Amino acid sequence: MSLLRAEGLAVARGGVPVLEGLTFELAPGEVLVLRGPNGVGKTSLLRVLAGLAEPLEGAVESEGAGYAAHADGLKATLTVRENLGFWAELHGAQVGDALERMNLAALAERQAGSLSAGQKRRLGLARLLVTGRALWLLDEPTVSLDADSVALFAGVVRAHVAAGGAAVIATHISLGLEEARVLELGGYKAVERAAPGGFDEAFL
Amino acid sequence: MRALLIRDIRLAVRAGGGFGLALAFFLIVVVLVPFAVGPQPDVLGEIAAGVLWLGALLACLLSLDRIFALDHEDGSLDLLATAPVPMEGVVAVKALAHWLTTGLPLVLAAPVLGVLLHLPEPGFVWLTVSLAVGTPALSVIGCFGAALTVGLKRGGLLLSLIVLPLYVPVLIFGAEVARRGVEGFAVGTPLALLGGLAAGAVALLPFASAAAIRINLR
Repeated sequence: MSLLRAEGLAVARGGVPVLEGLTFELAPGEVLVLRGPNGVGKTSLLRVLAGLAEPLEGAVESEGAGYAAHADGLKATLTVRENLGFWAELHGAQVGDALERMNLAALAERQAGSLSAGQKRRLGLARLLVTGRALWLLDEPTVSLDADSVALFAGVVRAHVAAGGAAVIATHISLGLEEARVLELGGYKAVERAAPGGFDEAFL
Repeated sequence: MRALLIRDIRLAVRAGGGFGLALAFFLIVVVLVPFAVGPQPDVLGEIAAGVLWLGALLACLLSLDRIFALDHEDGSLDLLATAPVPMEGVVAVKALAHWLTTGLPLVLAAPVLGVLLHLPEPGFVWLTVSLAVGTPALSVIGCFGAALTVGLKRGGLLLSLIVLPLYVPVLIFGAEVARRGVEGFAVGTPLALLGGLAAGAVALLPFASAAAIRINLR
């Protein structure tokens, strides 16, 4: 029983193929960390896994995922609790202790627009807790978080995984998840083609 | 779904949400008409129904680009697409929220503004009825235009160019209902056509809008 299965995946960004031949499987309790240089296609891969984009080739099997991207999807004129409550109701769940777990309880009645970048990020990640989804797809979740918040979030991920969840995380910094598997993404290898026979540059 | 409706209405009425902008625009357009065509009551009374319909249509157009653009910018649209709700439902609910915060106030304001334009008395009922039937179609068609232009920078003008031609049938039959009402003719035929247009748009366009959004999110 796996939460996510990718089969011979090829991924494009802006119509240009960036990754190919990706096959992996994620069972409950597993964390997969995506690594690779900028532009290798980590975000594009996560969007395909989340079902937001179509793969060029191959197939993704999953029963829906909690997805956290660069943008947190917050509304500046709603309070922290209203923002989170909306996503909870949409997913048919309760806010519960999500605010406390991401250390946002003291800010619950503040408008999201008045939060700092790190606080917004924590609220965006707290949304994962109210989706009720077993699989989390995280795109650079630690951007603009300080060291304490990174540790807090690592603890949340660890608790989620320990409770039978799984996560795919694209990140440059270590979350301290020793049990994580690492998928090193290499650039798409362009194959140099031989010039067609009889080709003569002079005719161009 | 109810959560989305409540959120959109809440966002519209909070600071910077744009609630009332369309209404104010409608008011100003209608007030400007006598300056342009002169204050003769009989002239104004004759064109009142058409002017009110055109004003309502343009006011509706004003707020369309916010329907999806803001959600796209802050990433909410991606998250809505991964939530366990069909995109067709999201589109329909957002169109409903747009109608409740833009179309419905226009319907309610139109008779009041009709007084300013010397709208003949028998026209009030049919003007209101025609707008009540027609404005949902304006919101749903506008939603479709907004879905087509969602990823574009400054897509607002393009949105207007796409949506205005699509508004033509609704305008023709909507204004016809109001005009016939003013002159005391039977309104059955244009009202039936207007209702048919509105029902067809509400039933079919959310599917087209959802498809357009899915393509734009890729």
